[in-house]
Amino acid sequence: MVLQEKARPAAAPAAGVVILRGIVQVVGELLITAGIVLLLFVAWQLWWTNVESDAKQSEVIKEFAQDLGAAASAAPDAPAAPAAPQDFGPPVVSAAPGHAGTIGIMYIPRFGESYTRPIVQGTTGDVLDTLGLGHYANTAMPGAVGNFAVAGHRQTHGAVLDNIHTLVPGDKIYVQTKDGYYVYVFRNNQIVMPSRTDVLEPVPTLPGVTPTERFLTMTSCNPRFGAEERIIAYALLDSWRPASAGPPAEIAAQVAAAVGRG
Amino acid sequence: MYGWIFRHLPGPLWLRIATSLVLIAVALVLMVQFLFPWMSEYTAFTDSTIGSANQP
Repeated sequence: MVLQEKARPAAAPAAGVVILRGIVQVVGELLITAGIVLLLFVAWQLWWTNVESDAKQSEVIKEFAQDLGAAASAAPDAPAAPAAPQDFGPPVVSAAPGHAGTIGIMYIPRFGESYTRPIVQGTTGDVLDTLGLGHYANTAMPGAVGNFAVAGHRQTHGAVLDNIHTLVPGDKIYVQTKDGYYVYVFRNNQIVMPSRTDVLEPVPTLPGVTPTERFLTMTSCNPRFGAEERIIAYALLDSWRPASAGPPAEIAAQVAAAVGRG
Repeated sequence: MYGWIFRHLPGPLWLRIATSLVLIAVALVLMVQFLFPWMSEYTAFTDSTIGSANQP
């Protein structure tokens, strides 16, 4: 009986059924579309934002190099850095630029020979998402007594601090500004909750204490691909060289590659 | 829905295929330029700053 019923040619369905089928089909196609859009969003965030930011950050470095070149053409080019460490006195500290202005370039050999990222004023999305490392505007400038603090993405948008967990105590972190080269030495890292603003204090995590040393603090997401916590890397200023003395010998090649002069 | 759109595109089959490829490309560009940046403001996977005062 049942089989016979099924074998019979189906009668033309009622108009209501046709409309219902159409609605179900459209809803189904929209749901599939939403799934594809979400997958594309993941691909965009994990891959395409890196492509875009890398290109934009190379541009920022190029512009910074052009400004440097204009300033440097007035001063005679210094010979290659001598091997013996020299004392150039207390580091020059320049005034902070306006929002989204370029402060300088950061070189971290631990992150790869060619690791060069721009340091830009401000920590809003427009800076961090495209321009590179963002300088917390209320913290000190490079070389100043106190805390020079920057933020950077761990993943997406260039992933500028992706390898922050691979820093080893003693690793050099070089900051190049128009004034010169500031050599920081990595000391330790710390994983904290996102609300811990005290890591940005002039003496990190010690509010109200008057600083006597020159800190560099870097903040990024933790864990990788997540943002439940923040990973903080602390470094201390080791030495500095004015721009006229040329870059430190260890990063001379990277500086030449990044800004076009040794 | 997509079948309905495809059937209502003008021209021969090859033109309809070309038109639908262009439409897909336009949709992709619009998503990358506007939809995804807007969506990422509501996903906090990538916030790397400290404290609420500096949140983008």
